[in-house]
Amino acid sequence: MLDIRGRWKGALLPLAAILALSACGSKTGENESVGGAVADTSGDTVKVGLLNSLSGTMAISEVTVRDSIKLAVEEINASGGVLGKKIEPISEDGASDWPTFAEKAEKLIREDKVAAVFGCWTSASRKAVKPVFEENKALLFYPVQYEGLEQSPYIFYTGATTNQQIVPGLEYLKSQGKTSVYLVGSDYVFPRTANKIIKAYVQANGMTVLGEEYAPLGSTEFGTIVNKVKASKASAVFNTLNGDSNVAFFKEYKSAGLTAASMPVVSVSIAEEEVKSIGTQYLDGQLTAWNYYQTTPGAANDKFVKAYKAKYGQDKPTSDPMEAAYVSVYLWKAMVEKAGGFEVDKVKAASDGVTFDAPEGLVTVDGATQHIYKTARIGKVGPDGLITEVWNSGQPVKPDPYLKGYPWAAGLS
Amino acid sequence: MTARYSWRAGVGFAVGAVLLFAVAPVALSDFRLSLLAKYLCLAMVAVGIGLAWGRGGLLTLGQGVFFGLGGYAMAMHMKLADAGPGEMPDFMQLYGQLDALPWWWRPFASPWFALPATVLLPMLVAFLLGSLVFRRRVRGAYFAILSQALAAAMVILLIGQQGTTGGTNGLTDFQGFFGYDLDDPVNQRMVYFIVAGVLLLLLAIARQLMLSRYGELLVAVRDSEERVRFLGYNPANVKLVAYVAAAGMAGLAGALFVPAVGIINPALIGIVPSIEFVIGVAVGGRATLLGPVLGAVAVAWAKTALSEEFPAAWTYLQGLLFVLVVAFLPGGLASLVRMVRRRRPPPDPAPVSPAPVVSPQEVRA
Repeated sequence: MLDIRGRWKGALLPLAAILALSACGSKTGENESVGGAVADTSGDTVKVGLLNSLSGTMAISEVTVRDSIKLAVEEINASGGVLGKKIEPISEDGASDWPTFAEKAEKLIREDKVAAVFGCWTSASRKAVKPVFEENKALLFYPVQYEGLEQSPYIFYTGATTNQQIVPGLEYLKSQGKTSVYLVGSDYVFPRTANKIIKAYVQANGMTVLGEEYAPLGSTEFGTIVNKVKASKASAVFNTLNGDSNVAFFKEYKSAGLTAASMPVVSVSIAEEEVKSIGTQYLDGQLTAWNYYQTTPGAANDKFVKAYKAKYGQDKPTSDPMEAAYVSVYLWKAMVEKAGGFEVDKVKAASDGVTFDAPEGLVTVDGATQHIYKTARIGKVGPDGLITEVWNSGQPVKPDPYLKGYPWAAGLS
Repeated sequence: MTARYSWRAGVGFAVGAVLLFAVAPVALSDFRLSLLAKYLCLAMVAVGIGLAWGRGGLLTLGQGVFFGLGGYAMAMHMKLADAGPGEMPDFMQLYGQLDALPWWWRPFASPWFALPATVLLPMLVAFLLGSLVFRRRVRGAYFAILSQALAAAMVILLIGQQGTTGGTNGLTDFQGFFGYDLDDPVNQRMVYFIVAGVLLLLLAIARQLMLSRYGELLVAVRDSEERVRFLGYNPANVKLVAYVAAAGMAGLAGALFVPAVGIINPALIGIVPSIEFVIGVAVGGRATLLGPVLGAVAVAWAKTALSEEFPAAWTYLQGLLFVLVVAFLPGGLASLVRMVRRRRPPPDPAPVSPAPVVSPQEVRA
């Protein structure tokens, strides 16, 4: 005979437990001070988290960022640390998987009690960890150019926002007399948002968008897209493809007979590291928009490039996201020293106006947006695989993540 | 059913309840407990796969679809609840450039629609797909490929509709869960208790289904579909019930995953996670009741533990683990128990339940 009671006895227990506990938690909006992990800075060392994809599709890019963060940490430790404490980096693998990023961020904050976390690359990973940092009132330094329209109180953005990269790229095309563009991008948040901004700019500046194509992330099928680009006879292409897709796209582009002279491509995700993997012959003469190149002149950059190559190998190039990550560690150090402590509130309060003589030139933290002033630089890929600057903004550009200072962008956010 | 057997099941459930409700909350920190909640959600999916694949032989490589439907249904409700009445969720204001909430979002504002939808929507999709596929006698590798194609299609659809689905970012950044502040550790713990309670409930349902006459029929269909057909049953309906039940469980798992983990996105429901669900079940032992649960939790826990300990090399270790289990424990972790038990006299032969869940008339229809 079936003993129903025996079977359901186990299920009743949890129900009772749920009912017993259901009255305890706070309701939304009731209590503003819940959450918040406190960094443990009582010892001789201060822990910081390194959160990068060490496996999966993003590893090839993110490992270089992790390496340059480690370089900065070593340099700072060699010169006495931060407030007399040596930095102890704890590395976690985001595994190119956004929920994993959130899990590891929480682990770094709550279990390791780190004072700050450096890392993330894709916008999706940043969006996934953002609530974790806000809930625990912990700091993230995000080192990659992104699509703007964000301003978390617990994130410092040391990569370019749109008005420091995409808008200067468009202004450069306009100044070169280009009147029409074709938009090619990977199918995810950054290209789709960037293209919205590009379309608004183009419309307001008497230029035209002749087409907009998205390829799935990691796609290597570009025959159709390149044919459409070619048929459109656009005067330039704006490329927001990410990762491996660039290899296939530029091979197809060249074999279709398109060149930098006939129809230049401006890329915003191709740095020195990617040039190497795509192949210089496919990229010769094409344009990029960034804030830093390995060839950027200045003593600070000479020192950075030399130190990086000495540590990781002479054939390793340095790139914009690596530089921004390197800079973020030094900026954090400067903020902590200005604040006189590691407490997140104090560090945030001290951030405004903190400067660092970075490899890309002088950078200054804008406390209001928690972004940094950066010089925009348009570069051209040379036959040696390095990118040389053809234009720069002359001075660091004030970050404007919501493009409030641009009338044509009024409807975007 | 012998008295001894159900007595043992009762003890099993009680031990599980004590472990989940008394031991784990005391032994684990808040962070580890929230991870356990995540593992238990994955275990719910595993219970369903154990039923459909282990018992019914339906290799469903696309459970991510149902997990996603449940997850997105819950996430949409939570997003709308956060935004407040009449307002659009934050990400829509950012990317969508929509003037008004899309019509298919609107019903999810009501918990009375959203909560049932987390389970019924996946079941409906499974019912429609299953009725088409099983009647046409699509099985084996063809069914596996079809279910996987569905997962791929759903991911492409979600990513393409960034303005209304959040694209690759998915839906994240939730403030509250039915009015309770998710930042509060007490409420986080609450979510864990709900997850643990629901898992035990699903196990009880799965056990009931497996031990019933329907469960026998399901195993019979798995082992010899033609023979069952000649006995006058319609194997399509037998399979459909298991498939729909598994989809409902995956949907419920997805719905609870959202408050427990705080995110749902296409990367959680595509081909790779769908295969990972099945790997967990295989590691645990697909044909048993508890095997899939143990396997799913063990695989997820191993992933966390290995990646924390060896951030640069954990993927190799995880692969090694799978190879070892498949090579030396083809029956999964559950077969360890059987190995121990083999030394004792075998239990009574499998009993026949007097209370059929599905009568032969219904099945034949």
